[in-house]
Amino acid sequence: MKNENKIQYIYGIADNALILGQRLSELCGHGPNLETDIAMTNMALDLLGQTRSYYQYVAQLSGDDKTEDDIAFLRSERQYKNVLLVEQPNRHFGYVITRQFFYDVFHLLLLQELQNSSDETLSAIAKKGIKEVSYHQRFSSDWIKRLGDGTEESHQKVQEAIDDLWRFTDELFHMTDDDDMALQDNIGVNTIALKERYVQMVKEVFDEATLTIPETKWFQKGGKQGVHSEHMGYLLSDLQYMQRAYPNMKW
Amino acid sequence: MSEKEVKNIGAEQSRSLEEIFDQRIARDEKIEPRDWMPEKYRKTHIRQISQHAHSEIVGMLPEGNWISRAPSMRRKVALLAKVQDEAGHGLYLYSACETLGISRDELYEQLHTGKAKYSSIFNYPTITWADIGAIGWLVDGAAIINQVPLCSTSYGPYARAMVRVCKEESFHQRQGYEIMMTLAKGTPEQKELAQDALNRWWWPSLMMLGPTDAESVHTEQSMKWKLKRKTNDELRQQFIDQTVPQADLIGLAIPDPELKWNEETGHYDFGEIDWDEFWQVVKGHGPCNKERLSARVNAWEEGEWVRDAAMAYAEKQDTKKLKKVI
Repeated sequence: MKNENKIQYIYGIADNALILGQRLSELCGHGPNLETDIAMTNMALDLLGQTRSYYQYVAQLSGDDKTEDDIAFLRSERQYKNVLLVEQPNRHFGYVITRQFFYDVFHLLLLQELQNSSDETLSAIAKKGIKEVSYHQRFSSDWIKRLGDGTEESHQKVQEAIDDLWRFTDELFHMTDDDDMALQDNIGVNTIALKERYVQMVKEVFDEATLTIPETKWFQKGGKQGVHSEHMGYLLSDLQYMQRAYPNMKW
Repeated sequence: MSEKEVKNIGAEQSRSLEEIFDQRIARDEKIEPRDWMPEKYRKTHIRQISQHAHSEIVGMLPEGNWISRAPSMRRKVALLAKVQDEAGHGLYLYSACETLGISRDELYEQLHTGKAKYSSIFNYPTITWADIGAIGWLVDGAAIINQVPLCSTSYGPYARAMVRVCKEESFHQRQGYEIMMTLAKGTPEQKELAQDALNRWWWPSLMMLGPTDAESVHTEQSMKWKLKRKTNDELRQQFIDQTVPQADLIGLAIPDPELKWNEETGHYDFGEIDWDEFWQVVKGHGPCNKERLSARVNAWEEGEWVRDAAMAYAEKQDTKKLKKVI
């Protein structure tokens, strides 16, 4: 596999961690209570920590003087390969938790496979990440249950978020050309194969939470090709602000 | 016994309890939640510990303002972790306060209605990245000077919470200074950001050490209870003496034309503090008082359905368990 394809493959995983970490970190100081605030910040820290490991590896693969910050802050919107799901805004806590839950279940299944990668660095990052993401998945599953089987209002709010966000879940399993190449070289994961288990895991939690998966046949996609939602530009203008306004400086 | 006699006995008893209490404090013993304490001691501690907790929580806002825009991954993660530390401090300070017989909800209510105060410094805006450095260096620096003596204050839960808080604050302070140092050593544009932040945060940081001794109402009683070891003016002098050489070291200028080393006293002389500004901000008219309070109130109100859901869910689970047992 060519370096450039490997780098693109890594972006497909790492950019999700960056963008979801950025979304979660917007909430720091605004949580529904202190304990939840602290827990969500922990998840943001985990995700940004994982992002750094991936990007540092990409910087190394790139060979030139690239740094993790060039990769995080200085790409154009079309060059970010995260799925549409993770860039969706923090509307209310029901959205935040549903987005998290939908990603966590996938993330855990992904890393469980990625730890078997023939690429030692990716395998090591995955192994470390599994511990963190298992906690994320437990945290978001617990909250899905609390909101779903809590009050009438919370049930309605979280179901509303599910109905809205479910359409972004199918993209998680799409394989890009780089994904195919990575799979052939035993570096990457066959995400299509994760789908059945994913739906089953989501359903188990939803059953307990008295929630339902909407019966839509229409799904959104584009993030993996760098065609993002309108929310992405605003997220990036925050994320990239300093590096764009004050280029080529050390911080 | 007449009512008057009963009252007298009551007064007599509490006087002797108070004497024992005072002696315990004089012997440097810790007062614990179940111990007898004068009502005034309890109230003063609720006021001070809750003000401190509120300051941690409101203090998350100005710094949180820059998490999504931090200039590098390293800085982003460090800032996020720092703001999370503040939440942690809030958590153990609220817990310490609750041991005095008041609930966290009541404390929030006092904050949200404006009855309880928090540190006025957080009513200033963070308008550039350099403000994050200045807050760490100056605001956390001043906070440490205020707080280190509290590690040996008389109320046990507060003293123990402060040991941990101070350790983390001193880490934050170094981190903030390091941000300033990086800027000061950077491009002319970066140095200008650093100097501008110092100009704006210097005087409010001096005000953080509290009104002058002549104006300070709580000092004497607080000294007795070891809530204070030094007066506001002494602490302020200590802060200035410690910070000026740090500014010199990184080539930034303290925005005070009257600042001068005094050989005789062995301290820096400094210019007049604008106390009108201080009282204006304390009374709610600072640049961000309204924004800070409304951010806290919004988070609380928007979180209500979430907290209600968690309670309702927990109750349902308890009922299920109970049914299984039966």
